[in-house]
Amino acid sequence: MFGILGKSLSTGIVTTKYPAAPPKVSIRARGRPEIDWTQWKDARPAAAACPTGAISFQDAGGHRTARFDLAQCIFCGLCADADPAIRMTNRVECAARDRASLISAARYKLGDDGAHRQLVPGPAPVATEPARPPAPAVSSPLESIGRQIQQRSRLIFGRSLHIREVDAGSCNGCEIEIAGLNSPVYDIERFGIHFVASPRHADMLLVTGPVTRNMELALRKTYDATPEPRCVVAVGACGCGGGIFGVNYATRGPVDAVIPVDVYVPGCPPNPHALLHGILRAIHREQWGRI
Amino acid sequence: MNLDRVSPDLRPIAEDIARRFGNRIDAWDTPRPNEVYVHASMDLAAGFCAHLHRRWNVRLIAVFADDFRNEGGVFHLYYALAADAAHGFVFLRAPVSPDTPQFTSLANAIPALNWQEREVQDMFGLKLVGHPNPRRCALHDDWPEVYPLRKDFGLHTVLPPFQGERHKFRQVEGEGVFQVPVGPVHAGIIEPGHFLFSVAGEPVLYLQLRMFYVHKGAEKLFEHLPPPHAVRLAESISGDSSFAHATAFCHAIERAANVEAPPRARGIRSVCLELERIYNHVADIGAICTDVAFVTAHMHAMRLKEAVLCACEELTGSRLLRGMACLGGVRFDWDAGQIALLRALTARLRPEFDSLVELIDGSSSTRDRLETTGILQPKVARDLGVVGIAGRASGFDHDLRRDFPHAAYDQVKISVPVYQAGDVKHRLQVRVDEVRESFSIVEQLAARLPAGPVRSEIGELPAGRVALGYVEGWRGEIFHWIRTAPGNRLARCKIKDPSLQNWPALSEAILGNIVPDFPVVNKSFNLSYSGTDR
Repeated sequence: MFGILGKSLSTGIVTTKYPAAPPKVSIRARGRPEIDWTQWKDARPAAAACPTGAISFQDAGGHRTARFDLAQCIFCGLCADADPAIRMTNRVECAARDRASLISAARYKLGDDGAHRQLVPGPAPVATEPARPPAPAVSSPLESIGRQIQQRSRLIFGRSLHIREVDAGSCNGCEIEIAGLNSPVYDIERFGIHFVASPRHADMLLVTGPVTRNMELALRKTYDATPEPRCVVAVGACGCGGGIFGVNYATRGPVDAVIPVDVYVPGCPPNPHALLHGILRAIHREQWGRI
Repeated sequence: MNLDRVSPDLRPIAEDIARRFGNRIDAWDTPRPNEVYVHASMDLAAGFCAHLHRRWNVRLIAVFADDFRNEGGVFHLYYALAADAAHGFVFLRAPVSPDTPQFTSLANAIPALNWQEREVQDMFGLKLVGHPNPRRCALHDDWPEVYPLRKDFGLHTVLPPFQGERHKFRQVEGEGVFQVPVGPVHAGIIEPGHFLFSVAGEPVLYLQLRMFYVHKGAEKLFEHLPPPHAVRLAESISGDSSFAHATAFCHAIERAANVEAPPRARGIRSVCLELERIYNHVADIGAICTDVAFVTAHMHAMRLKEAVLCACEELTGSRLLRGMACLGGVRFDWDAGQIALLRALTARLRPEFDSLVELIDGSSSTRDRLETTGILQPKVARDLGVVGIAGRASGFDHDLRRDFPHAAYDQVKISVPVYQAGDVKHRLQVRVDEVRESFSIVEQLAARLPAGPVRSEIGELPAGRVALGYVEGWRGEIFHWIRTAPGNRLARCKIKDPSLQNWPALSEAILGNIVPDFPVVNKSFNLSYSGTDR
């Protein structure tokens, strides 16, 4: 008994200061890739090197639309090996509310050799189907102020959150990092956030994928069993974009192919900081401790 | 028949096979000195396996099929056997005609084949004859009549959605007998599977397992990816064994291409495999404690695991060692600073780990819950072919690192912990011993990592080659068997995770134990669902 206490006391506090302090990530860590769109000479080698199709392109009429989908990226860095215009950063906070915002694209005029001759200015058309209609636009300044007050009060008086984790087909990589949130290092309970054993107790479903054919019904039932208001966070390259498995005879692909998703947390698997960021973002608390 | 290529250790077995079965063998193939293929008809299989087992203590490690109809008009059935003492593998390859697509079950004599034979039946449509329980296993009962690993089945075939459970579990009846269904969505942060307990009061009378909820078509997908991309897929077979699976796959490709990874790369591979072992073992040791309500030990274990994961990130750019494996070696070399970090890690973790073990050993209530709980008898373990940690805790003295040295394991001293008791306590003890052994291996390798390149060039794969890649992952032995196709592709990739072999043992180990002990018994095996289901 005294031994246990003594060991705990001598260990001290090991919990990260995140999100009040920036995430502690090795400079060697591979986080989100960054593409230098203006210097990108040719999308073909990187697209060929990408195992998941996160980097892709379409040629038409002497033009090329090159596209990078962070949701599908497994952060392997093979594109950066193949193309000097792509650099791996160690940025891990990638969570987004909007699936389309994870996609970046550019349009190029093509040379005769099929390489990019010139970047066409302006936003490139991004073909994507948002999983759920975007939030209604704020119409009046009063409403906007109201929303800001609400968000601020959430930050300060944020209530507890109960999460039910659902593995709908993952390789277990995401689960390793999610389990890490309960460790003394990330200690998600300091935010009043708990993992619970039943969807009936949950406010949030944290879902990993790709959703397999055999788990599709179980996932739907779990979603239906979660009382409203509820939100869904899709985790990992497979959960956000299908990952390396994509859609095949045994998988339905990303989580939003089966149930509506509120926040996407890319990564393969996402770093625990990235998971914290995504979960806190879903409840508007990612600025916690920073104000 | 020429046995000159066969390694000297394996040759006596090959000669015995030739003597005993020579007139019934159609052909021999020895692509590598420790990998011998015997081509013969299927009716030889039972006698062949039985004889090799009795005479040479050879064990069956896998049964799988391969659709060879496009090339040779038949399916092939492979019986893969490991001769641990002779450090070699013997394969029996038997043709199955598409006109009579059936094969004889050996599961009555070799219970270890129960699930594997049924998987062949499900995925290839080869009907089992004489199997004690020939129901579906890999494909659930509501799947239409499709055979996904046949070549004429497309990867992107759209199947009707899952409508509901149609599986008929066996009924256990009697006064006061209850059925307790659990899953597929479990209470903890773990993978999906279904357990059906039949209980009378607290003790478990019978446990039925239902897996393959996370079947993702991985083996089929391998046939559609260029090998460098397939390495990334191999990392996603079982997340906690990312590096082990990817390395087993690379090993298979390298053997098919007759290329060996350079010595420095092999050293780095071994270090990474040991890091993977350490972080998983430490996490399991903690999780076993938490399942008997000793949460403090779990928290300390999580802290140590985190230190290893951070070191992995520093060494490979990924906490789970992803993106590190590559064909012909490893992707990133380590500088002196990183090797110093490795040595500092083991120096720091050794006393911390000892203190954790002391904490657990000092808790009599924890010991009381772990000792004699979930016993897997050595005889049962042998019959079911249980491997890895669970095998070593139940008296099976084996370890690919020692018996089939791969990566740089021929360069280090390894001792293999083996216990006979087979309870949770000893599965924990195997982990404790192995973590200490891993510290020692990492230190040995870090002290004298050979200089030189970390990657050998692998050109386009020659078509029509077969090769077995093997790695002792933290959970047990991992095999990737490949057959190459023209155009730098794979015609088949068979993945054998130790979990597939070990799951049925859980049903045996839990018998007579109380339901509240199931989590700790399950955790002491800690089998991969994704690795099983693929």
